[in-house]
Amino acid sequence: MTDTILESKPDLLVDYDRAEQGDLDTEELLINMGPQHPATHGVLRVVLRVDGEMVLEAVPHIGYLHRCAEKIGESLEPYQYIPYTDRLDYVSAMNQNHAFALAIERLCGIEVPGRASLIRVIFLELNRIASHLVTVGAYGLDMGAFTPFLYVFREREMILDLFEATCGARLTYSYITPGGVREDLADGFVDSCREFLDYFEPKIDDYNDLLSFNQIFVKRTGKVGVIPARDAIAYGLTGPCLRASGVRWDVRRAIPYEGYERFDFDIPIGLPGGTGNIPPGVVVGDSWCRYYVRVLEMRQSVRIIRQALDMLADTTPGEIMAKKVKNLKLPAGCEVYLETDNPRGSMGFYVQGDGTTVPSRVKARGPSFSNLCITTHVCRNVLIADIPAIVGSIDMVMGEVDR
Amino acid sequence: MTPEEISNLLRRTFGDAIEEVVLAGAHPYVVVQADRWPEVAQFLRRDRRLKFNLLRCISSLDLLPDDKLAAVYDLCAVPEATDDKPLVCPHEFAVRVVTNRGNPHIPSVADVWETANWHEREAYDLMGIVFDNHPDLRRILCPDDWQGHPLRKDYVFPKEYHGIPGTTEHELPSPRH
Amino acid sequence: MSWIDNRIEDGVIITSLDWAINWARTSSLWPVTFGLACCAIEMMATGASRFDIDRFGAGAFRPTPRQADLMIVAGTVTYKMASRLKRLYNQMPDPKYVMAMGACTVGGGPYFKHGYHVVKGVDLVVPVDVYIPGCPPRPESLLEGLMRLQDKIRHQTRAKDKVALANRDKLAPLTV
Repeated sequence: MTDTILESKPDLLVDYDRAEQGDLDTEELLINMGPQHPATHGVLRVVLRVDGEMVLEAVPHIGYLHRCAEKIGESLEPYQYIPYTDRLDYVSAMNQNHAFALAIERLCGIEVPGRASLIRVIFLELNRIASHLVTVGAYGLDMGAFTPFLYVFREREMILDLFEATCGARLTYSYITPGGVREDLADGFVDSCREFLDYFEPKIDDYNDLLSFNQIFVKRTGKVGVIPARDAIAYGLTGPCLRASGVRWDVRRAIPYEGYERFDFDIPIGLPGGTGNIPPGVVVGDSWCRYYVRVLEMRQSVRIIRQALDMLADTTPGEIMAKKVKNLKLPAGCEVYLETDNPRGSMGFYVQGDGTTVPSRVKARGPSFSNLCITTHVCRNVLIADIPAIVGSIDMVMGEVDR
Repeated sequence: MTPEEISNLLRRTFGDAIEEVVLAGAHPYVVVQADRWPEVAQFLRRDRRLKFNLLRCISSLDLLPDDKLAAVYDLCAVPEATDDKPLVCPHEFAVRVVTNRGNPHIPSVADVWETANWHEREAYDLMGIVFDNHPDLRRILCPDDWQGHPLRKDYVFPKEYHGIPGTTEHELPSPRH
Repeated sequence: MSWIDNRIEDGVIITSLDWAINWARTSSLWPVTFGLACCAIEMMATGASRFDIDRFGAGAFRPTPRQADLMIVAGTVTYKMASRLKRLYNQMPDPKYVMAMGACTVGGGPYFKHGYHVVKGVDLVVPVDVYIPGCPPRPESLLEGLMRLQDKIRHQTRAKDKVALANRDKLAPLTV
């Protein structure tokens, strides 16, 4: 009896006490998780084939938020399309604006003034912090920790106040446009930004105490969903998910844009347990590493913002927009593919011009889309409770998965 | 390697399979014959000089004036780490595969780059390109019973879907009226 | 002094049944966790530290519709999602209320013209009690919408009012 059960499922790696309980007859079951499920970060649907508590296969189904972003891109001028890029990855809208604006600038050969470029870097990195704060809070929620969520949203609101003072919006900014930025910095922005950074930096240690090094949290996420570097690259993972697997790949360094080569910052990667302050019970590429890389990246963003704020003193206020960017004609037959490093990975835009003001094709490569396609590969022979841990650590925003 | 060297290498190795080389502009690419695309892909992925291990994106194109569809594969090489320094991209490149619009077929490269699986499904869903030998070619974004391929230039928006009124752009200002 | 004054023991409250039930319902609106898109982030912010939706008794976000009586449709509804939305709505026990949060749920929003896959307003799928415009609405707007919904509940009656019965499912929508 025992033998037949094991033989029918040769890929079952962990057979918890099943061998002794020969009379325990199990049956495979299909479980639907989502699209309305608190631990799927939006409208992801995962169909699980389970045997008891073990997940034999997890198949993600997407498209529940398919908002036709690419069709809209071919129907509107680049300026009109900027608000739609906000809504691709609504947690880091600045970075999305920037990715598209940069592609248009590369296509039309627009030079951005120095001040605009620095303002961009400041806002991109502030938005990266805000985005990672949401990730940290939401991942804590997934793992059953409610308090960190309240802490991170407190700090996030401060960043949103900074954004609001300059561009007037809390979530969808449409601030970075082809040619520069829409408005100059608000009065007193530099001081309040510095004040925020001084306040924020020690808070990262609070998050670590509260969540990152919490024993229960480490046990829930350590050694769960391990992605080796080679698999990560083959499945097209980028951003924190790839870096957690030990690959020091960051488009800001690999193919620099927006003058990132001027700044001094490190690229954190996932490290094995026991090195430095990394708790034992963690291996490179597991869910905990993917979470912790984001915490470390927040500190690097603070470093970049400080340097950019210093450089801002040498620029002339008001020089925020390149000349001749109205009624932009996209050259016919020209195309460009450009990637930028967003909080979730490499955001790519493929834009093709046809001589009019409207592009003939806009393709958005959402980082979460590629990151998510590894789910089936990773979620094999794990417990059902590990699925939120793995899916949450990939940290997708369905807006850019479905576009 | 520069795009020029890469295209020369491909020309030398595959000859006729490389139909066209476009190096001008911000996005250099070569056009590869559809039926020889899998072996070119294998070469791009495995060759020691190229090692394009990261498939960044597959963009499907509708070339309506030429009555063609195309898929653009954007590739990039992620080197293996030797020290603690951040990695620098040695080369990036793009490949375009063109197929006819009436019966669009392109061989799948999901066995070369695993990530192509979902990207090809997306191109099939939105543009209607059929990827031969794909392990699981289903619609990915739109529902399974969706009619047509939305990103084609001649796509007609649905008037209704399962009883819910849709866009009636040219007729009524709002579906409620 | 009328006949009833000074006749009841201390600690006893006299009220109408309508008022008591409405009071209970307005002060404990439990929303179902139903974040679809961008607006969900603002909904999270409303539930978090600064705005704290718990002050209005609506902070107990339930993961299952069967325990909830308010559905905040926060984000774009697509054709693929519409059937699921309807199903979730049907799973909620009566009395149930729906808030359409954001331009997309009010009428398609920015996706009205070119969005071939976007439902042009959630009221084409389920009946809506309160519409909250904005893209996305600020947390203050969501709280305002919640208060308007509470106003609406306060005026409901359990009497056999034929007009109210006829209009129960199509009460005049309130816009914030």
